[in-house]
Order: sequence, then structure tokens, then C-alpha cells
Amino acid sequence: MLAYTIYLSFAGALVLALLPRVAAGFARVFALAIAVAGLAVGLTGFIQAGTSGPVLIADIPWIPAMGIHYTLAADGISRVLVVLTGLAAVAGILFSWTVKERTSEFFAFFLALIGGVYGVFLAVDLFVLFVFYEIAIVPKYFLIAIWGSTRREYGAMKLALYSFLGSAMVLIGLLAAYVMSGAHSMDLHTLAAYQYPVSFQLWAFPLVFTGFAILAGMWPFHTWAPTGHVAAPTAASMLLAGVVMKLGAYGCLRVAMTVFPHGMDPWGWSFLGIGSWRTVFALLAVIGIVYGAAVALVQNDFKFVIGYSSVSHMGLVLLGLMTLTQVGIDGAVLQMFSHGVLAGLLFAVVGCIVYERTHTRDLAILGKLKLGKTMLFAAVVFAIAGMASMGLPGFSGFVAEMQVLMGAWQAFPWFAAVAGIGIVVGVAYTWRALQRVFLNDTPVTEPVEDHAPYAPISWAEWAGVLLLTGTSLLVGLMPRLLLDVIAPAVQALPHILVAGGRG
Amino acid sequence: MNGASLTNLLYLTFPETILEVASLVVLVIDLGILRRRSAAYRTVAAAAFGVMGCLLALGWLLSHPLAPSFGELLVSNPSVFVAQAGILILSGLVLLLSMREEFSRNPGEFVALVLLATTGMMLVAAARDLLVIFVALELLSLSLYVLAAFNKHRAESSEAALKYYLFGGMSAAFLLFGFSYLYGLTGTTSLAGIAAAAVAGPLTPLWIVSLVLVAVGLGFKVAAVPFHLWAPDTYQGAPAPVTALIASGSKVASFALLVSVTGAVVPALDEQKGVSWVVLLLWMAGASIILGNLGALVQTSVRRLLAYSAIAHAGYMLLGIAAHTSASQGAVLYYALTYSLTTVGAFGAVAIVERATGNDRLESFSGLARRNPLLAGTMLVYLLSLAGIPPLVGFWAKFNLFAAVLRAPQAGVWSLGMVILALGMSAVSLYYYLQVLKRVYVVKGTTEDSIPVHWLELLTLVAIAVAVVLLGVFPGWLGQFIPLG
Repeated sequence: MLAYTIYLSFAGALVLALLPRVAAGFARVFALAIAVAGLAVGLTGFIQAGTSGPVLIADIPWIPAMGIHYTLAADGISRVLVVLTGLAAVAGILFSWTVKERTSEFFAFFLALIGGVYGVFLAVDLFVLFVFYEIAIVPKYFLIAIWGSTRREYGAMKLALYSFLGSAMVLIGLLAAYVMSGAHSMDLHTLAAYQYPVSFQLWAFPLVFTGFAILAGMWPFHTWAPTGHVAAPTAASMLLAGVVMKLGAYGCLRVAMTVFPHGMDPWGWSFLGIGSWRTVFALLAVIGIVYGAAVALVQNDFKFVIGYSSVSHMGLVLLGLMTLTQVGIDGAVLQMFSHGVLAGLLFAVVGCIVYERTHTRDLAILGKLKLGKTMLFAAVVFAIAGMASMGLPGFSGFVAEMQVLMGAWQAFPWFAAVAGIGIVVGVAYTWRALQRVFLNDTPVTEPVEDHAPYAPISWAEWAGVLLLTGTSLLVGLMPRLLLDVIAPAVQALPHILVAGGRG
Repeated sequence: MNGASLTNLLYLTFPETILEVASLVVLVIDLGILRRRSAAYRTVAAAAFGVMGCLLALGWLLSHPLAPSFGELLVSNPSVFVAQAGILILSGLVLLLSMREEFSRNPGEFVALVLLATTGMMLVAAARDLLVIFVALELLSLSLYVLAAFNKHRAESSEAALKYYLFGGMSAAFLLFGFSYLYGLTGTTSLAGIAAAAVAGPLTPLWIVSLVLVAVGLGFKVAAVPFHLWAPDTYQGAPAPVTALIASGSKVASFALLVSVTGAVVPALDEQKGVSWVVLLLWMAGASIILGNLGALVQTSVRRLLAYSAIAHAGYMLLGIAAHTSASQGAVLYYALTYSLTTVGAFGAVAIVERATGNDRLESFSGLARRNPLLAGTMLVYLLSLAGIPPLVGFWAKFNLFAAVLRAPQAGVWSLGMVILALGMSAVSLYYYLQVLKRVYVVKGTTEDSIPVHWLELLTLVAIAVAVVLLGVFPGWLGQFIPLG
């Protein structure tokens, strides 16, 4: 049943690709219908499965000679992320209602990307997972390069090459694992059950983990993220931050950590207190949290603020994974969901609601426009989204960050403390942006040239904002809706991943 | 040789015979009957006869897949069968795509030479004797030299042919010299005999010298570094269908030959004897992968870009040859066939753009998605397949090849490093393929006039693109013929 999320998206993409000259109105309504259908399928699957274990969706021999099966299944983590993808897709289409140029192609690439993302979240055979993972690369490039803004060709190429380099690293690891196991199978569970020598895991784990973490925006491989987010059109930024970065984090958990759990074993020696890959990646995650927040604090481009905040928030996800505790990994998955929703909302405010009307993202210029008065809606939405993402209780971000920090406290107390500082800086950059853009009350010295009154907020924007804000609030107030689904799936991971690792 | 075995030979080489007859028929019809017709008419007629010849030969081949081998000269086995069928299909596609070409006033000779070259390729794939190999290679090479010079209106075409000829002639001399040493050392020209003698005899310096000489000759045919210098110029200057032929069928034949020669000089019983050959192949492979991919980065001509990418792909395939297991040899064949199919399509599309815009520079592709969406779509499929993006066939070919290389038991020392190099470099390759696709989809062209494409060409290109997608989605299909994994 859930598999139809994939097929619907690809079928929609194919139809739109074959009708390049169709009217824009038709293309966007059609794309919205497809995305809503995908979300509906995802939600139905989510509700039907409840808190049960993995649900097998499809298992067909694909290339028997190579032992590759087209296997799809959804455990709790997958089901949560499928719902997130559906939400991001619907919201992304709502916020690109104004795309006028080559509309049909735009939505074709958009739906192809969504289809790839659904596929990654549902695949169990690692080969299938990798295929979908790579399918997602190409549409991203075109979405940014054709419909983007600031330095779009540079941003798009950087993103494509970083992704492809990451996936080459993943492929090396997968090939080596495939050949080494000799099992003639790429099934996740078969590979995870195989006892790879620890010496092998010690190099394969960091390779595959880094390959995926590049897409999750891990410092110092995050540099594609801010430039990519800024260059991308609103809907693509929303998808990039909302779901594509989650692909990376998901791959880290599902592939790197599950297949090579002993890659995180201690090396047997330590340098400055770093004695295993686990510590290395936790450290990089913490650096990402603080660095992303600090850099966001000094940006003048509104979108760069959000772009760097994504790096910071994804650092929390990676830190949560590296805690190797039940609560930390629960928190990481919840943070993936929460950040997916909130980053989408923030990008929508900046890229769609504000930029489409003022045609600038420069904080200094926006400050002079008195947006707090002239565009109250945007100010309110940004305030809500910003507070939710800085971890205000009552919204999804709070529950997620709390759990990650609790996990981190058990595993790496010092890192938890530093990550806490990062979160405080997060409050600072959100307030700074809010203050400079919407609440700026310094008297205007030179008169701002007259402009036509801003277009009213369209129904599409209302719908998108309500969808995302409502979701975040719902999850914030009733986190058990998701946690009850996530927790059993995390428990079912190899025991070592929730037992604090070895040594 | 008794009478029975000569019947056997005719039976075995009947597809080649059909091609030869077809080439003569084309000449007669073109020069005799159609003399007074317009050049365009004659081109279509000649190409149609050529395609028919290929189809007939293919039909015979498919209906008689297991003809008995002809001693140790020409063999018949499943992989030779697949290679030959592939070569016939590729040549047929090249002929289909050359129906609208206007570079020649002698379409009859053109098609006849293409058919002769195809005959050469088929014999190269089947030959297991040094003399037959050399004669077949020369048939192939001489036809291609002439074909490369076929556009008499462009100086580049002559330059391409001259470079191809000079390099080719020299490397043929090296190859022949190497063969003569092999013969001198082993006293036989049959590859099976050489393999047996190699195990028995001592490992002498002369053996290594002869291997180096053979490597020079074969390295030229597959455009491996450092014998690649002709490739960019020839790919750029030769008429587009000829470039497609050089890049496709000729590659398949040469890699099939490399597989059989490797089987002889790396005797299964005595790995030690084969080490020098494997090392030679690895050096060529590594250098080709690095230089091909880096060289392609800076090209502004799409044909030169594809030439450098061909060098890189040859490097990947050489890794499979060096691994010399039966799985890796199957993987090389799979790779060569699918790569060639994609390349034929790519050159077909390039030729159409070239005809409309006058050159093959990157800028000429600007705005192609607006000017002809379907043509742009086929280009997208070809280039992404060459870059190895799933679910296109290029990805499977790469995966299968590298998995086979990693699995090879004797490859433990070098395989992982080489595969890492190849995969890392294929990440680089995405950059230059995207450079082309960026022009096609992103950059606005100076004009939005649609590019007219003849329906037959478009149909051929779309069919190739669909095949690339379908073979990628259902890779098992080709696996019936070439063992996967």
C-alpha cells in the first residue's frame, strides 16, 4: 500500500514531463493532487500500521543472478519519515503556486525528487535504497539550476557533486560489504546479520557514514547546504531542508550504523580523548551545531540565516544518533521530523511570503520596510516558526531537542553542554532575524520609495502555513503520536545501537 | 582441411558472408541503378540496404546460435554470439542514423565500407588465432581509416583520418611484432596453444617484451592511455556516424579480443606468468580513468568531451579485463555493449544538433530543451546513463563490473584501490556530463526556433533511449545472454 507513494509520484512526474507545454494551472493542480494523494496514502499506512513492527510492502526478485530483490518495508522510522515527505511535498507545491516559468517541467522534477525520497525511506534492499538515493540527485540539480536565484548554477553544481561524491563513498562501502559477505544478497537484514571483521568495519563504517552525512550537512561537509538552500527556489529549499537532508541522516542510521555497528568500537588508542569513530562523528556533530548557529547569527541574507540554522539542527540529529541510546535515537528521528516541518515553514516565510512581495532578502533593506506592520501575517508566522524551531515547549522542536540532549548527557556530558550552548545561540539568531526584519523601530532616515501594496496572502499560502504549523503544534502537544511509533522501531535496531555501543 | 570443415566454415561465417554480399549489392545498386538520383535519395537507399544486410545477418545469427567452431581459428560460444549480435545491432543503428547525413556524395561506398568494418568486428570477436586476429583487425581498421576521411568538404575530417591512420598503422606494426615474438616463443599462432606453451615454458624477458608490444597494439584500439592521443581529434573530426561506429562496434570487438588474448597470456594454471600482463592492464586502466575524466572537464566541444569520457570508460573496462574471472569477462562484455548503445545514441543526437547549429560546441546545445524537448530528453537519458545514474543501464553495468572486480580471487591486492579510484573519478565525471545537460536544460539559447528532426532519426534515438531505460529497470533481461554477478 505505502509503495503507491513512490509509484504515484513517478507517474505524476512522467505525465508532466511528457506534457511540457500544458497550461500552468493544470500542472500545479495536477501536481498538488498527486502530492495530496501521496500524503493520504502515507497517512493511511501510518495509521493502519499503528505501533506495530515492520510492515512488508513488496518483495519481488529483481535481479536473481545478483541476489537483488525489490524489497520494500516500513518500520516505525520509515512510516514517520514517509508522512514527513508527504507533508513537505504538499506544502512545497502550495508554496510554489506562483512558479510561472516552465511550470510543468518544474513539477515534473519536483515529483521525481519526491518519488526518490519515498523510495529511500521504504527500501529494505540496500541496492534499491541506493538506486532511489541516486535518483533524487538529478532533479535537485535541475530544480535549483533552472528556477533558482542567487548563484544558482554554482549552488546547483556544488550540491550535485557533493551528493554524488557522497553516494560514490556509499557505493564503495556497499560493494565491499556485498562482496565480503558472500551471501549474494543486498538485503539489509542479511547484511546486518553477517559478522564483518571489526577491522573491515573500522574503515567501512566511517566511509559510508560520511558518505551519507555529507547529505545530512555534517560539518565540515556542510558547505553545499547554505549555498544550495539560498540558490534554490522556495519549494526546492523546503524539500532540501525538509526531506533531502533527512535522507542523509536516515542513511547514516539505516545503513552505516546498522550494517557496520562495530565501526563505532574504540580504536584501542586515543588522541585528545577521541578514541573511536563514534566520538569523532559526535564531535563533528557538536561543532556543526555551534558553528551553524554562530554563522547564522552574522548573516545578512535572510535565507542564509535559515540555511545555516539547518546545519545546526541537523547536527542535533547526528549527535542524537551517535549517543547510541534509546532516548537519543528516538530524539534524533523526532528531530528529523520536526526540523523537516519547521525548516520548510521558515523557508516558506522567507522565500515565498516575504521575498515574492519585497524581492529582497537583505536584512538591512527588509528592516526599513516596516514589515511588522505591513505584513503582519509573515511576522506572526515567522515568530511562531522561529520559536518552535528554537525549542519552545509546546512545539515539536522542544521534545526532540530535549531527548537528544538527554541521550547526549548519558553518552557525552561535555558535548551535551556545548550543544546546549548551540541551542542558546539558536535563540539569539532567531530573535535577531525577527527583530531586524519585522520589529525594526529605528526611525527611517531616508524615505523608502513607494511601492504598491503587497499582494494579499493567497489561499495556497494560508493552507501551507496551517498545515505545517498545525503539524508542529500537534506533535509538540502529543509527541506520543510519533514516539510510540518510533520507539519500537529503534528498539528493534541491532542491540548494540541502543545499548551505548561497546566500551 | 577437408571439404566438410570448409562447409563448416561457411556455416559459421554465414552472417559475415551476408554482410559482404550486402556491401557488394549496395555498391552495384548505388553505382549502377541509382546513379542519376539525388544524393539524398541515394543515401537513404544505400543506408536502407545496409540496415537490411545487418538485419539478415542478425536473423541468421539468432536462428543459428550454436554453429560448431572452426578448429582453433574461429570459435562460436555464447559470449562471442552476444558480442556479434551486439555489433550487428550497433552497426544497424549507426546506418539508421546516417540516413539523413549529407557529408558524402558517395553513399554507396560509405555503406559498403561500414558493412566491411562490421565484418571485421565480427571476425575479431570470434578469432582465436593470431593471424586471423590480425587480418580481421586490419579489415576493421582500414575500413575505419577511409570512413573517417569521408567528409571531403571538411579539413578536420582528413586530419582526423590521418591521425587515426598514423597512430593505427604504428600500433598495428607493434601488434604484429608482438605477435611474431609470441609465435617465436611458443611455436604456435593459436591462442589455446599459446596458453598451453606459456605454462610449460620458462618466464623469459622476451615474453614480457612481446606482451608490452601486444598491449600497445590493443591499447590503441580501445583508446587507453597512453595510446589515446588520436581519440579526441578523430572523434571530433570524423563524420558523426563514423565516430559513432568507432566508439561503439569497434570498442565491443576490441574488448572481446582483449578478453580472448588475456585468456591466452594469463594461463589459468600458472598465475605467475600472467602477472606482467595484468600489471600492464592496470597501469593503462588507472591512467585512462584519471586522464580521461580530468581531460573531459575542460572540453568545450561535446565530441571531444565524449572522446575523453570514452577513454575513461575504457579504463573501467580494462579493470574488468585485468580481473580475468569469467564473471568479470561477462561484466566487461555487458559494459561494452550497453556503453556502446548509449554512445551511438549520444552521437546521433550530437549529429542532429550539429547539423542545425553548425558546430558541436557546448553553446550550440543551449536551450535545446525548448527547441526540441524530445531530443533533449534522449540526450538526458544517454548522458545520465554514461554518468552511471540509476536506474539507467550504465549504472548496472558499472555495479556489475566493479562487483566482479572486487570478487576476483587473485585481485585482492589492487582491486579495492582501483575500484575506489574508479568510483571517485566517476563522481568527477558527473560534472562534465552536467555541463552538457546544463546547456540543454538550464541555459537559454540565442534562438527558440525548433530543430527539425526526421521522424526516422527521432524514432531511432527514442528507441535507444527507451532501451537504455528498460535495460536499466530490468537488467535481468540482458542477463539471459550474459551471465551477471
